[in-house]
Amino acid sequence: MAASLYAADRPDSLSFVELDGLTLLYHRRSGLTHFLAPPAPQILAALAAGPADAAAIVERIGADFEIEAEDPAAAIAARLAELEAAGLVWRT
Amino acid sequence: MNHVFRLQVGPVAFRIGSEWRGPVAALRRLYAGYPEPGRVCDFTVRLEAQRPWRRWLRPSVAIRGDYVLPDAAPLPLALGLIAAEMGMNLQMALGQKRFLLLHAASVERDGRALLMTGHSGAGKSTLGALLGERGWRFMGDEFALLDLERGLLHPFPRAASLKNESLGLFGKVDPERLGPILEGTPKGIVRHLRPNAEAVARMGEPARPVLILFPRFGRDLEPAVREVGAAEAFMRLTQASTNYVALGERGFDSLARLVGSVPARAIDYADCAQAEALADSLWRAA
Repeated sequence: MAASLYAADRPDSLSFVELDGLTLLYHRRSGLTHFLAPPAPQILAALAAGPADAAAIVERIGADFEIEAEDPAAAIAARLAELEAAGLVWRT
Repeated sequence: MNHVFRLQVGPVAFRIGSEWRGPVAALRRLYAGYPEPGRVCDFTVRLEAQRPWRRWLRPSVAIRGDYVLPDAAPLPLALGLIAAEMGMNLQMALGQKRFLLLHAASVERDGRALLMTGHSGAGKSTLGALLGERGWRFMGDEFALLDLERGLLHPFPRAASLKNESLGLFGKVDPERLGPILEGTPKGIVRHLRPNAEAVARMGEPARPVLILFPRFGRDLEPAVREVGAAEAFMRLTQASTNYVALGERGFDSLARLVGSVPARAIDYADCAQAEALADSLWRAA
């Protein structure tokens, strides 16, 4: 089975503020405020380049950050599921 | 409406109408010396008979206005002041769009404001009123109004609502400033305190917030101070705001600016002298 491709809203429809190592996100489409911990903001930034699956997101994030996990793709997939539940990403 | 009272509190103008003389007479006495609004009022509060015939038989006040909660419980007529206060709260909570509304007390010194917020019973109202009698300018004990563009706090110095044991702390104020003792209110015994002349005269002067306190009162608590991170302060203030969601991104931006630039502390205290000492020492350090 092919891995799911995820998409996110365009960066200009999100407003980010960094506070104490957390990222506050205002999501204009829903009017909701979210508190995000790494790597969630990095995942959203990676999806700005277009839809991707977990493995591709690991590659995009890996260009700038070290991901400390035994199975990075599984870790990112778990965060994607949380972001999907929060309405910040969706499957295409 | 048979009886009408117009009242300016900080930047907000109210028109309070009542079917009875009593609540309006009590408001006139409590708010003696307040300026009358010079323009169209922002909000209307109506104190009406729950049913037309109840105006005469066991009168009961229903609170109405521009914004109405369908299940707001009616109050006996003797609590007309409480009904007016609840009506003003309701109009502000549901209709205020010009400011981010924080359920908080605030006081000012040297042009800088101290903001205090917490759950009901945490002591913010008592602390705000107390500091207002001890060299600080009382800005409000119920709502603090955060300017969405400039980040200034605007006063909302309505009469402070003193409850139960805290009444004993204000024995030395001019009795003219105190309202009637109201028993059997939803919050127990309540007595209103008109802010002092300085607080009323300067109700149009905003101040720059420089310290946020989250007080917590408990008889068995040791006095303590804990640093509150900006993200936690943001979250707690969204809970303390009645119109954060309604303001959308403007609310998000103004609150993020506030917590990003103003330090926040949680304080525990077992009596007001401790709280005052903690507030003073934190204020000097801010």
